[in-house]
Parts: sequence; C-alpha cells; structure tokens
Amino acid sequence: MMMPMLDPDVVPPAAPARPVPGRPLEIEALVREHVCVNDEYRYLSLDLPDGVPHARPGQFYHLLCPGGDGLEPFFRRPMSVYRVEPERNRVGFLYKVTGTGTAAMARLWPGDGFNIFGPLGIGFTLPADTAPIVLLGRGVGLATMGPLVPFARENGHRVTAVLSARAPELLMSVEEMRIAGADVLTVTDSEGTSAVPHVEGLLEDLVAQGRCGALYVCGSSRLTRLAQSVAARHGLFGEVALEQQMACGVGVCFCCVRPFRENGETVHRRVCCEGPVFPLAEALA
Amino acid sequence: MIDLSVSCGGLALANPVMPASGTFGLEQAGIFDFERLGAFVTKTITPDKRLGNPTPRVSEVPRGMLNSIGIPSKGADAFVRDVIPRFAQWRPPLVVSISANTPDAFADLARTVSVAGVAAIEINISCPNLEDDGKAFAMRPESTREIVRRLRDATALPLWAKLTPNAGDVGAVAQAAEEGGADALVVANTILAMSVDVDTRRPSLGNVMGGLSGPAVKPIILRMAYQCARAATIPVIGCGGIATAKDALEFLIVGCRAVQVGTASFIHPSALVDVIDDLEDHCRANGIARIEDVIGSLDLTQAERDMIGDAALEAHA
Repeated sequence: MMMPMLDPDVVPPAAPARPVPGRPLEIEALVREHVCVNDEYRYLSLDLPDGVPHARPGQFYHLLCPGGDGLEPFFRRPMSVYRVEPERNRVGFLYKVTGTGTAAMARLWPGDGFNIFGPLGIGFTLPADTAPIVLLGRGVGLATMGPLVPFARENGHRVTAVLSARAPELLMSVEEMRIAGADVLTVTDSEGTSAVPHVEGLLEDLVAQGRCGALYVCGSSRLTRLAQSVAARHGLFGEVALEQQMACGVGVCFCCVRPFRENGETVHRRVCCEGPVFPLAEALA
Repeated sequence: MIDLSVSCGGLALANPVMPASGTFGLEQAGIFDFERLGAFVTKTITPDKRLGNPTPRVSEVPRGMLNSIGIPSKGADAFVRDVIPRFAQWRPPLVVSISANTPDAFADLARTVSVAGVAAIEINISCPNLEDDGKAFAMRPESTREIVRRLRDATALPLWAKLTPNAGDVGAVAQAAEEGGADALVVANTILAMSVDVDTRRPSLGNVMGGLSGPAVKPIILRMAYQCARAATIPVIGCGGIATAKDALEFLIVGCRAVQVGTASFIHPSALVDVIDDLEDHCRANGIARIEDVIGSLDLTQAERDMIGDAALEAHA
C-alpha cells in the first residue's frame, strides 16, 4: 500500500485541527486526586473553575508550585497536560519528582488549591486526512503523548504507540493508551529492545504495513533523531514535543530557546510560544 | 476618583506603573489589558541581529532570578518596521529600550528609533562599552556623562538613562546622567551575580555570570533609588524587585515618580495590572486623592531626631 505523502503546504504544522480554545488564564485550581503511578511517577488531577479554556494535546500549564519547608521554587514550572477532560472540567498531569518544583508539587493534597497559568503553547497537529499515526515516547515524554491518543482516535486516525522505558515496570500509559484505542508496542533497556536499531526496525515495519503516515516523538533526543531519519526517508509528516527551562512561559523573556534548522540556517525558537510542539524535521536534536 | 497620573521624564502618564524592559512584549496582549499601563517599555534592541547567550539562560535563587539572556535581537530596522507600528493601537506611550557596544553605534540607533509612535527612549547603559575594556557605560560618572551627551545630541525624544547597580557611587552616576542631558533615570538594572550547582560544579548559567532580579534585590535597589532621587533633580523611575503595590509605594515614597515591574510578571502574569489596582485601593483606603502626594513623602523626622537629638533639631528649626 502506498502511504499518503503529506505536503507541508497543505498541512501547515502550526494549523490547529481544532480552534484554539482561548487565551491563557491564571487559575486557582483544586487538587482532586494525587496518586503514585509507579516507583517514579505521580498523577495529579485538578478541578478547574467553570468556564475556563481547556488545553489541546501538547499544550502546557505553567504551575506555581507551593514553597515552604526549605523548598523555595521561585519560577513557575511548565508541564504538559496528560489528561484533558473538558466535559468534567478537569486536567491531569503525570510527573516525576526531579527537582525543587516537582518536589514542592508532590506535597499537594486533595482539596489543596493550586495556582496554574494556561493553557500555553502550540499543541500537536494531526495530518489532514485520516492517515495512521505513530507515537514514539520515552520517559516523561509518554505523559506529553498521552492526550494525543484519544485526540487522534476521535479524528479518525489509527494510532500505534511505541513506548520506551528503562524497565517494564516504569512503562506508563500502556493500558490507558490501549483503552483509548491505540496499538501499543513496548521496548525497554532491561529487555534489550530499546536500542535505536531495534526501534528503527519496528518503525520500518510499521511504515511497510501502512500504519505510519505521520510520526510524533517526545522525551529522547536519540529517538528524535531516529524519527527524523525515518520520516525523511519516507517523506512522512512529523512533530516533536520539546522541553526547555522556562521563566515567563509566554514568549517575552527568551530563556527557553532551542536551535532549529530553517532554510539551511541555525535559528533559535522559543519552546514556550513557538512550541513546545515543532515540525520534526526542523529540530536540532 | 483617585488621580494616579504623574508626569515623568517628559511624558504624562495615566499612572506610574510600567513594565521593566525585557519582561514585556506584544505576546502578552491577550494576557492582560495593555490600556491599563502607565507606559510600554520594550525589550532592549541592538543595532544588529543577535542570537543571544548559550542556555541555560535563567536560574532561580531564593526569592529571585538570575538571567543572562544576552539580548537576542532582530535588529533595529526590523523593530522599527514590524514592532513599533503595532503599538499604535493602544493609548499608553511607547518607550523603546536601546543598547549598543560603542558610542557611535548607540547614537545611530537612537536616531533610527526616533520615529513616529515612539514617546521616549530608554538607554540601557548597563551594557559593556567595547571601546572601554568592556566596562558598562554606567559604571562610572565620566563615561555616563559622555554617552548621555552623545545620545542627547542624536535625538529630540526624552531620554531615560537606565543605570546599573554595579557602580561604586550610583548617586554620582545619576548626577552625571543628568548633566549629560537625561530626562529621567531608571534605577536600576540587575545586580551582577552567579550561582553554582554543587553536584556538577558547573555554573547554573551558560554565560557563567548573570543579573539578579526579583524580590531578593528590592531593598538594595530601593536604597539606590533613594540615593539617586536625592542626588539628581530629574525624575527617578524605580525598578528592582517590585511585585506588589506595597513595593511600588516604597519606591514612590523615597522619591521615585514611577516604577517598573519586571520579574514579578513571570510569576503572576497580571502583576502590572494588579499593582495598579492595588495602588488605587491603597489610596482610597488611606484618603489619598492623588498619587503625587505620595511621591517623595518619606518621613525622616524621627530618624533625624534619633540621629542628632531633639535639642539640635529644635535649634535647627
């Protein structure tokens, strides 16, 4: 079967598949649920006030993690949404405690207030027709990919998720993504299946089977480079969600820049407002 | 109705609150109401396109932020063509912040941005002068006087000199800027600082050193604003760690005619508008009809009494 070739002029990467839901707001949300998912990751869900805009997959909130007890996060912390539930007015985050901000966040209890600002940034774009898509994620990148599964399924795309982690017990979202309608393949370091040549083989098989018309990647520069080469080889549409330390979150401070290729030149783009989701081919991973 | 209006550095402002350069841009137009601000102050532009510094460009410290962004700039021509006209849709006056590495380039840039739509120029003289061993213009009175004079000759627009706190005698620098022809002083910029990650033993900033801002610097900058307001006769605009109306009032009381809010907007996106609302509330609650009445109202009677004794004070009177 011939894969559809996606013309970037027909599918501009920044064109939203749904209208942008609204301007970002500073919101006092309420912690609804806060649980451990595995040894490393926690899930936090928030009740939002009525009438606030909701995030699109790939967008993020800027979180004001509460200080105290020797932890003094000064900046907000950007975190991409893991679960978006507009009909229930909820949003959920999947995260790992890695520093001051997430350690402060880990102390929140159900019923606590949590000041969040958003939704911010540019989220994922789906290919124009109902081309099947492949998600490639590792570590916390899996969280960013989470909401893309139901979003793509609702829009008629077949979804295959290739999830990578150090060990099987650290894989997240496998059941959740299956329930949302994705075919899930897992690769791990401990099983010796996560090396680039093996993952490349999986992706090539998916392309050959007509299951990979577009590629989405997050959480690993190794996997991003792999996705870039597979996408380039087969002319696939692709996007990458990137992380960078942020201060303002809205594009004025220029601290969150990363390098990109643009007309043969290296340019800086702001992850907060020109991303965090970018055209796959342009990122210098 | 509280009168929040002030005249400051050649401009009539609806209120004394404006953003600090580098923390404000058109990107915020959907986030708070631009019409509410006393003035707009743009991110510093340079004559040519610049990429800026390596990452990490910011790092947090208790109650503050370290940054070394490195003034990424699209260059003056792109700014004049693409950015200045877009501010015409709002009423507050536009103050354009400029910087350059040599006096000639600085003067050329001042001429380039002296166009319709620009109400004043903020000169960021806290940047290094490449013709003076990389020392910032505003680190010494002589180089300050010289560069301000040069820029005074280059443009008819009001000039606001943004001073650096990394100067030995900031009062003398303030006087020198006034002698050079500045219409106002912005006191001040970030304080040169650094921090180190003890695990990696690397500096937390890509550029090793950077500027400290946020609530941590407020007492230091407040002291400098007070010194400058006493040393110079031109208006002083306070800028350093202002996050609330109470902070703004401190600066107004020591003699500032306006204030700039910067880093606070990164924590609370509507900080500028909140400061304006809370200033108005403070005035209403305290029976203050005009914000002018607060400016320079620092009460030193008790301090003088304690220092020189009651008898001396009475004899003095």
